[in-house]
Amino acid sequence: MKNIVKIDFDRCKECGYCIRFCPKGVLSKGTKVNKKSYYPPVVGEGCIGCGTCGRVCPDSAIAVYRED
Amino acid sequence: MKVIYEKPKVFTDSVTTYCGGCGHGIVGKLIGELIDEMGLQENGIMVWPIGCSCLSDRYYDMDMMMALHGRAPAAATGIKRADPSKFVMVYQGDGDLVSEGMAEIMHAGIRGEKFSVIFINNAIYGMTGAQMAPTTLMGQTASTAPAPTGRCEDNSGYPVKMAEILAMLPGVCYSERVTVNTPARINQCKKALKHAFELQLQGKGMGFVEVLSPCPTGWGMSAVKALDWIDEKMTEVYPLGVIKDTEKEDK
Repeated sequence: MKNIVKIDFDRCKECGYCIRFCPKGVLSKGTKVNKKSYYPPVVGEGCIGCGTCGRVCPDSAIAVYRED
Repeated sequence: MKVIYEKPKVFTDSVTTYCGGCGHGIVGKLIGELIDEMGLQENGIMVWPIGCSCLSDRYYDMDMMMALHGRAPAAATGIKRADPSKFVMVYQGDGDLVSEGMAEIMHAGIRGEKFSVIFINNAIYGMTGAQMAPTTLMGQTASTAPAPTGRCEDNSGYPVKMAEILAMLPGVCYSERVTVNTPARINQCKKALKHAFELQLQGKGMGFVEVLSPCPTGWGMSAVKALDWIDEKMTEVYPLGVIKDTEKEDK
């Protein structure tokens, strides 16, 4: 079982809500720039699949899936 | 692959025009989720205001209209009276509802129109460049209320508490103030919106939900800091919670 956090790279506006509210600190500040000149977060290891990052994202840029 | 969370199905692929961290995006998404869950896509009509959310007609794949500045409750009255079977939702910001369209929302409430009103209160005029709004807090700086004093009562009076004002009207059956600055409060906001939508579908009366929403650009701070600012400053002036719920009192 694996949880997948899928970030739509060009939708992100770098508000940082997902990084702040991830209960496990899985997301962190990114280093690659998107076409709106924001730096979308990068996904690390240890996701528990709660979906909080997706719910707090104002730009619908994050989707969370669970692979069985 | 099991979906834990993805954007609402009623959403189109267009990217929002809001700034990063804007509360409009979160509330708009909650509305989309409720439309999916309650099956309102075919039967619903949304009325959008003038303001930051005036381009929201691009984001949803359903029927909607855009009203003149402040006149969304008047337009919604016409739609709801012409076809009471439709679900009608009005979405307004504080510049639109409190400043320009105060008369329309007051009279829609006085008449007890049976639609749902979602009021986004970010204490500033977001779209036009962070000018002072009627909901701006005392001492808060804005481009038309400069430092060091910010808004002062001698010049511009006091903040307007719309949820309390509308709760006084007999035609308004539900009035609650919520915010979206933590995941738990986002859930609470969704419950409030759902309750307002259900009351409309039961034909009870107007449901009014005021949402305290972050405006990081207008307030001149980072998005994450704006969430804390709601807790520090806004909730003192605008206390959260249910102000009126006639359906609950009946039980």
